[in-house]
Amino acid sequence: MKYPVGKEAIEEKGWFLAHRFLLLRRFVQLGVLALFLAGPLFGLWIIKGNLSSSLFLDVVPMTDPFVALQAFAAGHLLETTAIIGAVIIISFYFLLGGRVFCSWVCPVNMISDAAHWLRRKLKIRTSTKLSRKTRFWVLAMALVLPIGLGTMAWELINPVSMFHRGVIFGMGAGWIVLVGIFLFDLLLVEQGWCGHICPHGAFYNVLGRYSPIKVSATNRDKCHKCMDCFAVCPEPQVLKMPLFGENKGFSPVIKSADCTNCARCIDVCSKDVFKITTILPNKAEV
Amino acid sequence: MSSSTTYQPRKMSRRQLITDASRGLCGVGLLATGLAGYAKQSQSLAAQCLRPPGALSEEDFLAACVRCGLCVEACPYDTLKLGKLFEPVTTGTPYFDANVIPCEMCEDIPCQEACPTGAISPELESINDAKMGLAVLLDRETCLNTQGLRCDICVRVCPLMDEAITLEVQRNVRTGHHAMFIPTVHSDACTGCGKCEHACPLPEAAIKVLPLDIAKGELGKHYRWGWVEKDNAGGSLIDEVLDLPDRLPEGD
Ligand code: SF4
Ligand code: SF4
Ligand code: SF4
Ligand code: SF4
Ligand code: SF4
Repeated sequence: MKYPVGKEAIEEKGWFLAHRFLLLRRFVQLGVLALFLAGPLFGLWIIKGNLSSSLFLDVVPMTDPFVALQAFAAGHLLETTAIIGAVIIISFYFLLGGRVFCSWVCPVNMISDAAHWLRRKLKIRTSTKLSRKTRFWVLAMALVLPIGLGTMAWELINPVSMFHRGVIFGMGAGWIVLVGIFLFDLLLVEQGWCGHICPHGAFYNVLGRYSPIKVSATNRDKCHKCMDCFAVCPEPQVLKMPLFGENKGFSPVIKSADCTNCARCIDVCSKDVFKITTILPNKAEV
Repeated sequence: MSSSTTYQPRKMSRRQLITDASRGLCGVGLLATGLAGYAKQSQSLAAQCLRPPGALSEEDFLAACVRCGLCVEACPYDTLKLGKLFEPVTTGTPYFDANVIPCEMCEDIPCQEACPTGAISPELESINDAKMGLAVLLDRETCLNTQGLRCDICVRVCPLMDEAITLEVQRNVRTGHHAMFIPTVHSDACTGCGKCEHACPLPEAAIKVLPLDIAKGELGKHYRWGWVEKDNAGGSLIDEVLDLPDRLPEGD
């Protein structure tokens, strides 16, 4: 790589356009945190609770379906409020593409992105091999353990809940886990946590399999193989076929549910290869 | 081939599939074992940690509570806290330490109202029926009243004074002509709100609220109190006291 990643895009489109989705994403991520914090800090109760379960404007309940499932596996059928909340969240992320949670809402994403960025800056290439499927095993474990133990074992250490809860209700020693994730991602496995282990991400992956909103390499014929999108993408394996698989008959739509719809590839591509599409009209075209 | 071919990273041989799967299983199995141990260990609640009013039994509570903190935010007195990592309470679950801030026993029970999961059971109708724990006069050697002084603070701050906690008069043998007023908790009425513990003026309270399973003894299931049975039956259950023949040691 002769240029630092994204330099071409900045030269072509200007810094702002080459970062707009990143900026928007950080704005949303921090905005969600701010909304949750406004209550306890300033008495502005737009939303109460945390990502595990919350109440929006004192009316709309929202419950993380993964956590709800763990409760169910532990032998407790939630009250109606929490169940309605789970249905609301399931529909929301199903429509937007499950792992939108990961890139646009989950606070751990910022840690993971920071480690990924620093890796590029420090040119750390070493990475221990770990299957990207591991997360589904962890997901299975998180849903099976409560059946035997009668308690939500994964929630004892789930960094996603821990981080979000910590920001709102006080972190305590929880930061140790977060520093651990950062170092793990930085030094041991590239995209280690989000890309390989996190069962929360795996759950939203399963949920978003057939979501209508996808990123697509629509203008793939313009691609000049700078590989910048591969460098910034948290799940680079999803790019290969949609981008280069035309002669093998692959659609340009990134259908893999691993894609987090973060749209960083759109930002970083100087040739505007990618865009956000829906599956539906695309199917009609064929 | 049509352009709608689904994305497939690469075809896996069966051998690789099996290797991958067993590797995944082993790694995650190891993690699961560790986690199960940690989970089992953190299933017991430390004695100073009390659950919100109406909370299900500890075991069910841990299955039900999603650690959202809605109860914490609903509590107007900042009584409830969410457990943090390494605290003696399951991470993320709500508890209170009566010694720090007791439960003020709100009549409308906002914490229960806020709980979306039923971990704080909607079945508790009156806060006076709450069973967050049980106050126990733990240290009779330092409680001022048991030394014959009149402190009485715990009795007077109790929201259910004269029901949950009363003063029982005893003769003060030290002085010979005074009475001692012993704070006495009645388990059927005590809600475990912890106001007595909070108010006790000793640097370390002599009266403390303990989780029920620590505070209460348990009678064997077969056990019957003769006098209760007698009252229930309206008379002695055995017609006459058996008089067995006295047996003296043999010989002289
Ligand atoms: S993979 Fe997990 S930790 Fe990473 S962004 Fe998604 S939910 Fe958050
Ligand atoms: S393919 Fe694009 S949108 Fe999907 S995860 Fe990678 S960078 Fe983000
Ligand atoms: S009853 Fe009132 S004071 Fe007690 S824990 Fe609930 S909200 Fe807080
Ligand atoms: S509101 Fe209910 S589910 Fe949420 S933390 Fe409190 S007890 Fe747990
Ligand atoms: S407040 Fe403390 S010292 Fe006073 S009577 Fe009660 S237990 Fe004893």
